[in-house]
Amino acid sequence: MTTTLRDPTARATRTTTYREALREAHRDAMRRDDRVFLMGEDVARYGGCFAVSLGLAEEFGEERVRDTPLSESAFTGAGIGAALGGLRPIVEIMTVNFSLLALDQILNNAATLRHMSGGQLSVPLVIRMTTGGGRQLAAQHSHSLESYYAHIPGLTVLSPATLEDARGMLWPALEDPDPVVVFEHGSLYNVEGVLPEEPDPVDIVHAAVRRTGGDVTLVGHGGTVPKVLAAAEVLAARGIDAEVVDLRVLRPLDEATVLESVGRTHRAVVVDEGWRSVGVAAEVSARIAERALYELDAPVERVCGVEVPLPYPKHLEDAALPQVDDVVAAARRAVGDDA
Amino acid sequence: MTSTTADTTGPASGTRDAPHDPVAMLREMIRIRRFEEKCVELYSATSIRGFLHLCIGEEATAVGVLGALGPEDAVVSTYREHGHALARGVPAAEVMAELYGRATGCSRGRGGSMHLFDASRRFYGGNAIVGGGLPVAVGLALADAMRGRPVVTTVIFGDGAFAEGELHESANLAALWHLPVLFCCENNRYAMGTALGREHANPDLAARAAGYGMAARSVDGMDVEAVHAATEEAVAAIRRGDGPVFLELQTYRFRAHSMYDPDRYRDKAEIERFKGLDPITTLTARLVGAGLLAPEDVERIEAEVAAEVEAAVAAAAAGPWEPVSDLTRFLMTRGEDAGDGGPVRVPAAAEEGGVS
Repeated sequence: MTTTLRDPTARATRTTTYREALREAHRDAMRRDDRVFLMGEDVARYGGCFAVSLGLAEEFGEERVRDTPLSESAFTGAGIGAALGGLRPIVEIMTVNFSLLALDQILNNAATLRHMSGGQLSVPLVIRMTTGGGRQLAAQHSHSLESYYAHIPGLTVLSPATLEDARGMLWPALEDPDPVVVFEHGSLYNVEGVLPEEPDPVDIVHAAVRRTGGDVTLVGHGGTVPKVLAAAEVLAARGIDAEVVDLRVLRPLDEATVLESVGRTHRAVVVDEGWRSVGVAAEVSARIAERALYELDAPVERVCGVEVPLPYPKHLEDAALPQVDDVVAAARRAVGDDA
Repeated sequence: MTSTTADTTGPASGTRDAPHDPVAMLREMIRIRRFEEKCVELYSATSIRGFLHLCIGEEATAVGVLGALGPEDAVVSTYREHGHALARGVPAAEVMAELYGRATGCSRGRGGSMHLFDASRRFYGGNAIVGGGLPVAVGLALADAMRGRPVVTTVIFGDGAFAEGELHESANLAALWHLPVLFCCENNRYAMGTALGREHANPDLAARAAGYGMAARSVDGMDVEAVHAATEEAVAAIRRGDGPVFLELQTYRFRAHSMYDPDRYRDKAEIERFKGLDPITTLTARLVGAGLLAPEDVERIEAEVAAEVEAAVAAAAAGPWEPVSDLTRFLMTRGEDAGDGGPVRVPAAAEEGGVS
């Protein structure tokens, strides 16, 4: 899937934000299907801890935009039960760190019931949560634990990086008969952009080439995509033409798009805010090594979060997270640009 | 809180005749008992593997509770659930085939003893994470409430689950949202090997449940008629819109926690004392004494049950294994059978390159 800039004269567009795009997706889904409802901590009267659901309770009522107690396991499990009972719940969990309190429900029930029941049950549940650092929220609100969920068979794991995906991924996720986990990087909510008034559907299957180039493939997802695109511009100024692949879907991984790109560029840099060991970048690197080793002209580079609990002060947090300069340096190593 | 004192001298008034019949309840308890006794034999013969948790001694809770529910109601159970599944109407042959791991089992053989499912009977397992079924039950009830369906979700769990956070989160949520949930706590006095008093600062579970703002009572779980009457009353209240109800069913398992358990933590005299309260022998004696049952009726029931169990075993043993080619089937609906992270297919070019 390739995202192209649209001719603004061709169709009506508007300037919006990632947050508003998510909100619009919820509004659209709840208008289209009366089985859809949202529940989570402070989603109704507070408007959502990141203001994604602001105004939705007023529009749809507090039955369908439902404040819950601080009981991640109970309300996530209740989402599973409501899905089994024929509804299409969206469960919002404030951060991925908090989602660990619901991991029993997500792993042992949501991801498991269909297979373990021999196909009798399915759990059409969407779980949304914030991920990632960069906002000085310290070590219990900032981690990128996408790999925990991407490890689990039975889940689809999404990482929308663009406004188009923030707007478009929710509906196909709700249409999916099985559980879908959506990671929203906290640094993206305020990102502005232009979307058509009548957006095109997007899929929740494929990775996307966000920038074409022939010298090196930069792979990112979610909050790292803007950094990776910025790195590509820096590299372009040095005469290095980088291709940028946005994974979009962390499970099942669309390795074909990655391998196709690496097959052309022969070099790969994989960027992920998660810790390096046993993470998303490790998985992508392994797939490249398994299936495209002889396409490579240089070792695969990984740019990942430093393996520490994320600290509060900005200089330390910055040092712990992948930055544009880190991606540039890794790409230069990959192409042998040591000038 | 004391046990119910419902009049149990004859069929009670109600919409469902059969479950009110104490003879039918006795028959169902005998059926569960004999089924599980056969499981012990089959486990020793290694026809059944994995964990096997028996409810022998606890049959009155299964029969009393499940018999008071309608087919539209939902049931979420725990890992000691053979009795619940059988009392819910899951055919014995399908339960036995599941214990055998055969494709003809009620979960295609994938779940085994701890994970019996039957969607057609709204029987949602079979959950082996203590307390893990509780939030799911709250959600099932939420769906019914939001859709305006007059349906009750019954969740069955043990006293061990009362120490889990998921119990407390779920009880609060169900009471807060006034949901149609029947919480049935089978208090058999031991969380695996840990006695109630060694696990709970306050072992009065019904009193603690009442603290969440729901009706709660303690019932003699060795008396099937008492359990049935209490459940029927609770279900009626829930259907009226009175919100969730908590029943503590005081029971006892006669056998060890599982087939692996050497049962070192219980006094043998205690076990014998509770065997004196055996729900099957006490009800049999009462019915015979009252002239509602003749000894030959018991013989007839035993013969019928024995035949059913034997047929279930024969069918289970003859059942097919699920083919290995179905291993990843039913993981995800989209891209069925595609799976992810499955066997790595090394590209031909790489093989020629001599990867080792």
